[in-house]
Order: sequence, then C-alpha cells, then structure tokens
Amino acid sequence: MISDAASPIPLEAFLAVAALLFCTGVWGLINSRNAVRVLMSIELMLNAVNINLMAFSDYLDGQLIRGQVFAIFVITVAAAEAAVGLAILLSLYRNRETVDMERFNLLRW
Amino acid sequence: MTIASTTQQICFLVLSAAVVAGSLGVVLLPNIVYSAFLLGGVFLSVSGLYLLLNASFVAAAQILVYVGAVNVLILFAIMLVNKKETLAAIPGLLVRRLLSGAVCGGLFALLLRVAFTTPWALPGPVPVGEEATIRIGEHLFTDYLLPFELASVLLLMAMIGAIVLARRDVFSTDVITGEPADQGLIEKDRTPLLIEKATPEPTLLSKP
Repeated sequence: MISDAASPIPLEAFLAVAALLFCTGVWGLINSRNAVRVLMSIELMLNAVNINLMAFSDYLDGQLIRGQVFAIFVITVAAAEAAVGLAILLSLYRNRETVDMERFNLLRW
Repeated sequence: MTIASTTQQICFLVLSAAVVAGSLGVVLLPNIVYSAFLLGGVFLSVSGLYLLLNASFVAAAQILVYVGAVNVLILFAIMLVNKKETLAAIPGLLVRRLLSGAVCGGLFALLLRVAFTTPWALPGPVPVGEEATIRIGEHLFTDYLLPFELASVLLLMAMIGAIVLARRDVFSTDVITGEPADQGLIEKDRTPLLIEKATPEPTLLSKP
C-alpha cells in the first residue's frame, strides 16, 4: 500500500495534493462573486484532475502512458473552455455592465 | 528522473506547498489581479509536479498552454471588465460560505479516504522516463488519432465561437437571407464602455 521502493514519493501524496486543489476549486466556484474568479476556479479543478491523471500514468501505467495522453486532451479542452468562457463573460459584461454572479439571475425567477 | 530521492522529496514538498497556498490565494484574495498572477504560479508549480512524474512533454505543454495562453487571456479579461463596483450585500452569505466549506471538507475527506484505502497495484511497470514524448507521439497517431483530430476541430470551433461571441458589430439584416434580424437575439447597441467620449480629433487638414 505504501509506494514501491523505487519512488521516493508515495502515490497517495500526489492524490492528496490533487484532492486539496480540487476542493479549493469547488469552494471558489460556489462562493465567488466575480465571474472571472469562477473561471479561475474551474481551471484549478481541471488542473487537479490532470495531476491525478499524470500520477496514475506514472505509477500504475508506466509503459503505455495513457494518462499523459488524456492530460493533453484535458489541456486542449481547458484552453477551448477558457476562450469561450471569457468571450461569454465579455458579452455578458457588455449587456449587464457587471460581473457580479448574484445579478446574473435572468433565468432563475 | 535521475536526481536523488531526498532532493525529489524536497522538490515535491515545496511544489505542493506552492500549489496549495497559491490555490487558496486564488480563491480567497479580494484583489482579482493578484488572484490571476497567483493562478500563473499555481500552473507553474503543477508543471513542476509533472516534471517529478517523468513527463517533460506535458510539463512543457502545461507551461505553454496554461501560463502562456489561458492565464494571459484571463488577465486580458480582467483588464477589460475590471470596473470598480461595490457588491450588494447578500443575506445569508456567511451561512452559505460555512455550508459550502463543510461540503468541500467532506468531499476532501472522502477523496483522501479513497486515496489511502484503495489497494493500488503498486509497484506498477517501470516508467518509460525520457521516452515519454516518443510514446505520446505514437499514441496520438495510432490509437488516439480520432480524438486528436476531433480536438483540432474543437479548437477551431472554440476560436470561431469566441470571435462571434466577443465581437461588437451588429447586423440589422440576416447576412444569408437578407431578412430583418431578430432584435431580441442581438445585444443592445450602446456606447462602448472603454471609450469615455467619442470626440473626433481634428485632423491635420482641417487645421488652419
């Protein structure tokens, strides 16, 4: 259960860092008032997922490094998401003249 | 990685401390410009963690894409929308923060329990090390060829979508059919927020 002798860092350490990063991102996603900070929190969560993928790829799948290929795809999708998300944010800011998440409630009631 | 194990452990501790502290700063700091720069620090530290995991290509891609593109894009967005505004007070904000903090703490405990109680199949196969870039290239052009091409189409779609969403000019008629456009779908035509007053500057020809 503790990692192999070849690697000085246990796998669980990477998983713990990724879990903490993901939970920080979730907290920021819920509690941010600024829409830009919400996008930053999403990037934090995607990075936490990437750390998990890379750790599993190195420790459990060392020959066929499929986790690294998945991490590259996640980075691609994250870049596309950031571009579209920030364009939506600019358009929203032009129409509502605010970035406060509490005032983007047109579809709520 | 061929560096000593103690050095690796020290590097891991420093990088993970930077990741955790930076992410907390991103979420908690009141000034969003500081948050954006700390986000760049978090991305750099994460790429350092990738280097510890024998993945030099993904670490370089992380720096190029995240620090070079995403972070700069976020900084541009902050510059464009950073108007000083006093946020209206929301009732029950403290309760919401505490509740979501409890939920996130529970999620963290759950993830830690999963990470520490699952019997991982360790030790796995020997990592390929510096041949990882060659292996990634083989993957991308053999068994992951279709996702690779789809990713390029996705990037093209995202680029066109971002241009269409963020541009300002408004057509009064549909470009293809020539019919009047549905004005409800078009954003309101207003004076630009960035330019305070559109005063036409006197040209050289009109000066006496």
